[in-house]
Amino acid sequence: MFLGTVVYAVINSVILALMAIGFNLTFGITGVANFAYGSLYVFSAYLSWMLLNWLGIPFLLSAAVSILVTMILGALMYRFILLRVRGQALSEVIATFGIGLAILELFRYFGMVGFEYTLPVFVDHSLMIAGVYVDMQRVLIVVIGLALIVALWVFTHHSSIGLAFRGIAQDERTALTLGIDSDWIATLSVSLGAGLAALAATVIVPLGSIAPAEGYDVLIKALAVCIVGGLGSTGGVIVASFAIGFAERFTDTYLSSHWTMIVSLAAILLVLAIKPSGLFGKQKELEERI
Amino acid sequence: MQRRKERVDRGIKVRAGDVFALCSWREMIYLAAPRLLPIAVCLLLPPMLGAYWQKVLLSVAVFALLAISWDLLAQAGMISLGQALFFGMGAYVAGVLNRYAGIHPFITMPVASIAGGVICTLLLLPVLRLRGIYFSMVTLILPLMFVRLIEATRIIGGTEGLSSITPLPSRWIELYLILAVFLFALFGFRRMLASDYGLVWKGISDNDRAVMNAGINIYWFKIQALFIASCIGAFAGAFMTHVYMFVGMPVFALDYSILPIAAAVVGGSGTLAGASLGAFILVPLSEILRGIGGLRIVFYGIFLVVFIVALPEGIFHYIQRKYHQFERWVEVK
Repeated sequence: MFLGTVVYAVINSVILALMAIGFNLTFGITGVANFAYGSLYVFSAYLSWMLLNWLGIPFLLSAAVSILVTMILGALMYRFILLRVRGQALSEVIATFGIGLAILELFRYFGMVGFEYTLPVFVDHSLMIAGVYVDMQRVLIVVIGLALIVALWVFTHHSSIGLAFRGIAQDERTALTLGIDSDWIATLSVSLGAGLAALAATVIVPLGSIAPAEGYDVLIKALAVCIVGGLGSTGGVIVASFAIGFAERFTDTYLSSHWTMIVSLAAILLVLAIKPSGLFGKQKELEERI
Repeated sequence: MQRRKERVDRGIKVRAGDVFALCSWREMIYLAAPRLLPIAVCLLLPPMLGAYWQKVLLSVAVFALLAISWDLLAQAGMISLGQALFFGMGAYVAGVLNRYAGIHPFITMPVASIAGGVICTLLLLPVLRLRGIYFSMVTLILPLMFVRLIEATRIIGGTEGLSSITPLPSRWIELYLILAVFLFALFGFRRMLASDYGLVWKGISDNDRAVMNAGINIYWFKIQALFIASCIGAFAGAFMTHVYMFVGMPVFALDYSILPIAAAVVGGSGTLAGASLGAFILVPLSEILRGIGGLRIVFYGIFLVVFIVALPEGIFHYIQRKYHQFERWVEVK
């Protein structure tokens, strides 16, 4: 039972990291608040479901189309709404949260809840790892998740666009003097973040079903991982998602499932109270605490 | 040829701001009308409404109180995303006192306001030093956590909550009590914000380090702001407990956090009157939209976005400007 719990805890941690990675790119690294993140996740899942079941497009193609559409949606959202309230943290949060609320409740209104709203698994097969059965989808999630984290790290540390992402978060005006078009970079960041949310949805949703309530859940989990790990740190995402993922799975197994959510919420609270920039955050101390 | 909009104070505003204000009825009315209007609305509206819309007016007043409490906190530089914490704490204290100790509503409500205020202030004391969005996160998470804690530990009623709580004597007392408290809070705290004390709060939100430089202990002022705001929120919660005759997990719901913020955004923050105006618009609007079911939250979200983008100052500031000034286009030379 212990080994099995460990295996599933690892999988759970990677799922958390996958959910958080797009949010981390947008909010953590570039500093643009995108609280519609959870609803973009749900939106892309529903979109590929509709393409798959209503139009009969093959799964991989419809997933690709929905990732693309979600990216465009993210870019449009930045261009027409976020751009106008840029720099006012509260307005950014409220505006994006409002969009997210509208999208999620629209799906809830159409009553698209149930077990038939799910995406197919990539490969229908299961493996035996450490004495427990693990289906291929979960193995794939671990592989894709770890690959994405490495890719994100390389992107933000060794590519000029990635460095520009971090640049506008550190000091937007200095970035402008160095020839970085901050509006364009921020658009790109929101759009890429949305794309990553869509990608995460494509991989994770086959494990369960799509539901509007999932949107709020994803947002809170992504927030938890980003805050605990530290805004702007890729390594922090890994450590935080493993800490929260293990804590969740172990409380689930040994205590009761009621306590699962409390653990991650308590983790955020503790980290915020003790070290607001997170375990690995190296951002401006004086801006977060006085 | 380029043009720009020029804003000029109306003559009557210039005169009314001076001692001549008392020289003519017109100027006296100009000064008094904006103040008398909300009082008149609160006194005269209830008898004209049916039982259903009286309930709506009641929740308008409750949400206006929550919005005032949000606005007060925002004035001291603390953006709260969890008014539900204050509301729920007051509601639970009142519920427990009434249910387990059988205390009369007129005693539980003030006690719950103070006790709720003290508990919330103590809870947020460790994170008082956090600024901006970090403080907001904590306030967002605390109510969510209380819901799960009550669910997991099954204390104070657990998922079923506490029912059969003593109601207030009659619905007229209910309605006029909350409206009176609302008016008192609106005018009283507006006056407080205009005083030197309020100036310190605004200073903290504008530039806290400068206020510290002036030798003022900003933490003490922030504690006071937290206590005042959470007392108002807790009163609203305690009052609603006795109106619904029930207290349970829904008191920590996201509605009580989001609606006050939405009201302050729509009405315009910083004046308290704007936040109240927002509540007077949004709550009846959502009642009217109740017919379309779940779609009303969709409209709500869109409404918020439109206001943030198109009229970021809020309705109240817009009206205030039109009332005091006129505008004209002039050529730029």
